[in-house]
Amino acid sequence: MSERAPLLTLNGVNTHIGPYHILQGVDLEVPRGALTMLLGRNGAGKTTTLRTIMGLWHASAGSVRFDGADITAWATPDIARAGIAYVPENMGIFADLTVRENLLLAARSGPIDAARLRWIFGLFPALEKFWLLAAGVLSGGQKQMLSIARAIIEPRKLFLIDEPTKGLAPAIIANMIAAFHELKKSSDTTILVVEQNFLFAKSLGDAVAVMDNGRVVHAGAMTALVADRDLQQRLLGLSLDRNQ
Amino acid sequence: MTTRVEQALPPRRRDLAPILLVPLVALAALPLVGSLSTWVTLTLAGLAMGMIIFIIASGLTLVFGLMDVLNFGHGAFISIGAYTAAVLAPSLSGLIRADSLALNLIALLALIALAMAVTGVLGYAFERIIIMPVYRQHLKQILVTIGGLIVAEQIIIAVFGPVLIVLPLPTAFRGSLVFGDIAIERYRLIAVVVGLVIFAAMVLILDRTRIGLLIRAGVENGEMVEALGYHIRRLFAGVFIAGSALAGLGGVMWGFYREALTPGMGMDVMVLVFIVVVIGGLGSVGGCFIGSLLVAVVANYTGFLAPKLALGSNILLMALILLWRSRGLYPVAKR
Amino acid sequence: MSILRAILSGDPPRGRPLALVLTAIFVGLAFAPLLFPGIGALNVAAKICYFVVLAASYDLLLGYTGVVSFAHTMFFGIGGYGAGLALYDLGPSWSSILIGTGAALLVAIALALVIGLFSLRVRAIFFAMITLAVANAFSILASQLSSFTGGEDGCTFRLPELLRPGFRLVAGPFAISGRLISYYLVFFAALILFLLMLRIVNSPFGRVLQAIRENEFRAEALGYRTMVYRSIGNCLAAAAAALAGVLSALWLRYTGPAVTLSFDIMLDILLMVVIGGMGTLYGAVIGATIFVLAETYLQSLMAALNHATEGLPLLPLLFHPDRWLLWLGVLFVLSVYFFPAGIVGGLQKRR
Repeated sequence: MSERAPLLTLNGVNTHIGPYHILQGVDLEVPRGALTMLLGRNGAGKTTTLRTIMGLWHASAGSVRFDGADITAWATPDIARAGIAYVPENMGIFADLTVRENLLLAARSGPIDAARLRWIFGLFPALEKFWLLAAGVLSGGQKQMLSIARAIIEPRKLFLIDEPTKGLAPAIIANMIAAFHELKKSSDTTILVVEQNFLFAKSLGDAVAVMDNGRVVHAGAMTALVADRDLQQRLLGLSLDRNQ
Repeated sequence: MTTRVEQALPPRRRDLAPILLVPLVALAALPLVGSLSTWVTLTLAGLAMGMIIFIIASGLTLVFGLMDVLNFGHGAFISIGAYTAAVLAPSLSGLIRADSLALNLIALLALIALAMAVTGVLGYAFERIIIMPVYRQHLKQILVTIGGLIVAEQIIIAVFGPVLIVLPLPTAFRGSLVFGDIAIERYRLIAVVVGLVIFAAMVLILDRTRIGLLIRAGVENGEMVEALGYHIRRLFAGVFIAGSALAGLGGVMWGFYREALTPGMGMDVMVLVFIVVVIGGLGSVGGCFIGSLLVAVVANYTGFLAPKLALGSNILLMALILLWRSRGLYPVAKR
Repeated sequence: MSILRAILSGDPPRGRPLALVLTAIFVGLAFAPLLFPGIGALNVAAKICYFVVLAASYDLLLGYTGVVSFAHTMFFGIGGYGAGLALYDLGPSWSSILIGTGAALLVAIALALVIGLFSLRVRAIFFAMITLAVANAFSILASQLSSFTGGEDGCTFRLPELLRPGFRLVAGPFAISGRLISYYLVFFAALILFLLMLRIVNSPFGRVLQAIRENEFRAEALGYRTMVYRSIGNCLAAAAAALAGVLSALWLRYTGPAVTLSFDIMLDILLMVVIGGMGTLYGAVIGATIFVLAETYLQSLMAALNHATEGLPLLPLLFHPDRWLLWLGVLFVLSVYFFPAGIVGGLQKRR
């Protein structure tokens, strides 16, 4: 396994949810140390892809390899402990727990590292301010920050983040972009972000994959996609909300 | 840049109204009862009874809160706890018959520990065999746990016979303490201490430990707990064991209170347990505590003021509470 | 054949084995006085009749509406007390029976409506707990109001002359006694009630109930007022249970908490419906028949087993004749896991 091998590889992954055949052979590579954007219209299978990686739904065919191990059939907690942090679409905040308690739970290996916490407070100052408040009273943007903070509270190999900009005001999205730039500075970070907002995706993504109908229909460098208007039109005309 | 959002935040407020309910009911009853000493006696006896009910009900609400499982089998564990105490009591008869509070307490604690161990182990088996296949299927859960209750009750009858079994109270727990006109049974005081210890332990564990955090988080969103790297099934098993052990503890306390055991005693008390957890809000430990006290003091006051109404007072109280808060005093998030 | 189909509301038992078993039960009950002489056997047959009605009415709730109620014996008891107290207080006449039945129906439906409005909107678990509490309160009430109900001891009463055991319509070797007339009254009333319920579940109304059970949100989205449907279903089940109670009172000439209101009977009904097969009224027929037969005859079988295993450890204890309920309990748990369609499901598969 060379250093250049992708951190995460999906090979012909099929996922069924009840009677529905959602993923129909997903092939995806997530390179190390980069931020990969997973784009596609609603219902293309982006969220299902992340949930299948996390083991929240199990693939009926195909394989998911992470850092050299085949994790296709692993239980969710074991996948998390292998070093994958997950920020679900609904953020998965524990509303009855305080901000502090939410982060305490996410820090599996013991007390929260003080320096890392300061770094997180630097990224998301609101969390420090509401440290002892029930997370349920936070605004949508603050909940999103807490959810991301929970994922990065300890070093992990891979971050899966589902639509971090969903429902957020433009000012808060700008804040979020700054935070992601900061996050990318630590060289070892590998991130896979599901996104609908092309402006957001364009400003952050190193690599990009576009899904449609339960398959990955395009994969490559973000710069290439940004440069190629025809390709954008063909892929994103149907995959992205042009109002954004 | 987020200041506008921050200012809009409502301050976090504690919901105090249910906590005030018991003192308010007690105060309202004072002029009705008339005599101060009678009122104090009634209130103290009621609070102590409420503690016993809380001990019995706490495990059920804990299990329901995390696992969303309504366990009718809880009644069986209550009976098993009591019968375990009855079986083991003769071998501790030296400690039980001694007229020494210390020796009696040692005997009680030993019986409690053993009963909790037995019901805890059985609870683990029950969770694996009976409950695991029917998570998230309410109808089947109710049916299967009732089936488990029938089988357990029948096995108790098979082993001990359908007759009454006597569980005599340790010597120093008998009788009442009298202060002027006010009398309170000694055993009720013991029950108060045990009940407070259990309540404090549950609150501390839920509030201050990682396990408690996990349980509270699991109540809200079990999937996210798993995605953070914790095996929720193990947590379920642990909580179910704890819930069954608490039922066993409740069975011992309840058995000593009645001093006579019948195979159906667990099921008989389940109606009261259900009323208490419905009043408190399904799954809420604090609500269960307040609900237990409320049910017991109200039953005592109505028993004194209008004996004919006493038997219906629980239902009446439940109806009133549900009219006020349709999901109980402290509805648990998500449900 | 088409007449038969019409009588069965176009929902005949599917599969030959099921049809055979049901035919056997029907014939056995219809000709019970001839086939199984003796007062004991006739008692069993009558008990099966009114328990079929009771179990089927419970299946309307459990199988067709998908809610677990523990207040069903309460309605059974209301019927029993309604008929019993009317006969006791107003004298042994047919009009007393009618008045008692009418009053019982009114009370049962009103109570069902109140409970439904209070708790049908909430989740199944809540409904189960609240009905358990209400049923418990009702049972305590019936025991407490002893001057009115006879308390724990219940109340024995006399029937109109035609139905009294001593009455002879025809004397001689082919005697038609009041007992026989009573039996056929119970049998035909039970038959009619069962066919009525079969009609209800196969009506458009019954299909809406099932749609609600399968997917409440969708049914609501389709424009059905689920609350109204559920409440009506609840009331119909309560009314049928009350009528079953009337039949039981007429047959036993006695009513009391132990035979109508106790939680044990509630468990018995649950066992009947689940073991027989939920959501198929035919399951209630099979479940009730098996249960009553087991209650009566399984004990002697187990006495034999108990005798045979004497000397072995533990086994004699478990095969003690009084342990029949233990085995039915085990069967119940196994049915819920492995045969959710119950015996009826098993018989249908082997088509």
